[in-house]
Amino acid sequence: MAAVRAIRSEWTKIRSVASTVWTLSLAVVVTVAVGTLLSALSNSQFDNMPARERLSFDPTVISFAGMTLGQLAMIVFGVLVVSNEYSTGMIRVSLAAVPQRGTFLFSKVAVAAALALAVGLVTSFAAFFLGQAMLGPHRAGIGDPGVLRAVFGGGLYMTLIAMFSMGVAAMLRSPMLSLGILMPFFFLISNILGNVDATKKIGRFLPDQAGNRIMQVVPRVGDDTPYGPWAGLGIMALWVIAALTGGYLLLKRRDAQ
Amino acid sequence: MIELEGLTKRFGEKVAVDHLTFSVRPGIVTGFLGPNGAGKSTTMRMILGLDRPTAGDVRIDGTHYDRLKDPLTYLGALLDAKAVHGGRSAYNHLLCLAQSNGIPASRVAQVLETVGLTAVARKKAKGFSLGMGQRLGIAGALLGDPRILMFDEPVNGLDPEGIHWIRNLMKSLAAQGRTVFVSSHLMSEMALTADHLVVIGQGRLLADTSMADFIRANSRSYVRIRCPQRERLRDVLHQAGITVVEAGGGALEVEGGKAEQIGELAARYGLVLHELSPQQASLEEAFMQLTAEAVEYHAQAGPEPAPRDWGAGWKEA
Repeated sequence: MAAVRAIRSEWTKIRSVASTVWTLSLAVVVTVAVGTLLSALSNSQFDNMPARERLSFDPTVISFAGMTLGQLAMIVFGVLVVSNEYSTGMIRVSLAAVPQRGTFLFSKVAVAAALALAVGLVTSFAAFFLGQAMLGPHRAGIGDPGVLRAVFGGGLYMTLIAMFSMGVAAMLRSPMLSLGILMPFFFLISNILGNVDATKKIGRFLPDQAGNRIMQVVPRVGDDTPYGPWAGLGIMALWVIAALTGGYLLLKRRDAQ
Repeated sequence: MIELEGLTKRFGEKVAVDHLTFSVRPGIVTGFLGPNGAGKSTTMRMILGLDRPTAGDVRIDGTHYDRLKDPLTYLGALLDAKAVHGGRSAYNHLLCLAQSNGIPASRVAQVLETVGLTAVARKKAKGFSLGMGQRLGIAGALLGDPRILMFDEPVNGLDPEGIHWIRNLMKSLAAQGRTVFVSSHLMSEMALTADHLVVIGQGRLLADTSMADFIRANSRSYVRIRCPQRERLRDVLHQAGITVVEAGGGALEVEGGKAEQIGELAARYGLVLHELSPQQASLEEAFMQLTAEAVEYHAQAGPEPAPRDWGAGWKEA
């Protein structure tokens, strides 16, 4: 079973480098810490909020506020998992051992995505429960309608962000180039495109804008997003498929440098 | 057995490998020789399926590399000793390779022992010297106990003791009936290890011959003579049936090892000799001549470097 062997090999690779531990721990710590902090802040400032905001207050989303930053660590994780092969020259040894390039790439992505999912779910549940604990009277319960979906969705969102980064890194090969594009894009550009009126209609189909819909429980006032939470995650998954397909086709075609 | 047939690789306009056809046979060490930039590494990368040939074909035991099941158990290769993730330990580097080809983990400890890296097996590869990295690469090549081994410039960065070790390793692997294909840009190194020689220059095949034949054809011995009474000496030698050629700088050259005979003739006719020295053209010179037209990166024109001793090259490597 070539695929099973390749997966075991990729698991050894991923667990034997320090970058895996520090990127994933950073993702957990940043997401949970910032979410908890902002939840505490919202609780103390709730009475000063405008009525409109109080009406559409979404305690679940508030506890996930740290994901904007935490996802950056997930992006670094996804980029490094793939581009490490190129920056170290290991790709030549790896492809000599597993010459079926599809098996090589998708084993790597499968292992890294499984790890990202485990860490993402832990992060999401921790951020939710700690955040709600801070929200006091305004908190949501895990049994409330739509909440469990949002918490699971948070873990899926982080996994998909990491997978999208893997696809981009497989296309670009260079870690610096990949990070130089993905970090500013997800931290700034996508948010601007998704919130400015002129670009909103297109911007909300970007992977993170569509995907983070899954974490919303209470709809915003005047929200006219043309897709629901699962469809939003589906749009994000399509982006992931596109990035990975691009990475695979280029890997298959190019000389292994 | 590795078989190349019309193997060609173009990078844009530049032809790196040009219709190479030869085979690498089991049971002997085959040296793959060529100046830097001749296309040796590109050829080896195509053998491993890392680079796609522009034209032609290369087969391992009759099959394309990417069709081999568990390829590391057929062909082990050391291409680039630095192709390792520096943050990974030597043990884990070899373990991930072993797992991908269904090789038991116990084999990792074995090959680490073989190359002498057991003591640093748990150390991160980035702390390794070039020589240790080379040994780790060789351990990776030996991992699957393959019938075919391929080494790209394996003595680079090794100390004299390491060079001695790798030479013996290659010879013993070949003696076990394995196919050993090793590249170098040093003729002197090849002369000590290889039984068969494939020479390329600018991607083209220049020679495919046994080492013994190459030495026979190319190791010319001659006598160099300098004499203030040149014309007189020429006549004397001519009468004795010895052919003399002008050799620049006022010196004369005579083919073969006739130094004693020439000395005796000179004494008999009362001729003064300033030099009477038997010379041996080195294989390095023969190789330089063979590849002279095919060398891509000529050094700046300048004074000729002093002729080097036979075997001097490897000391610098």
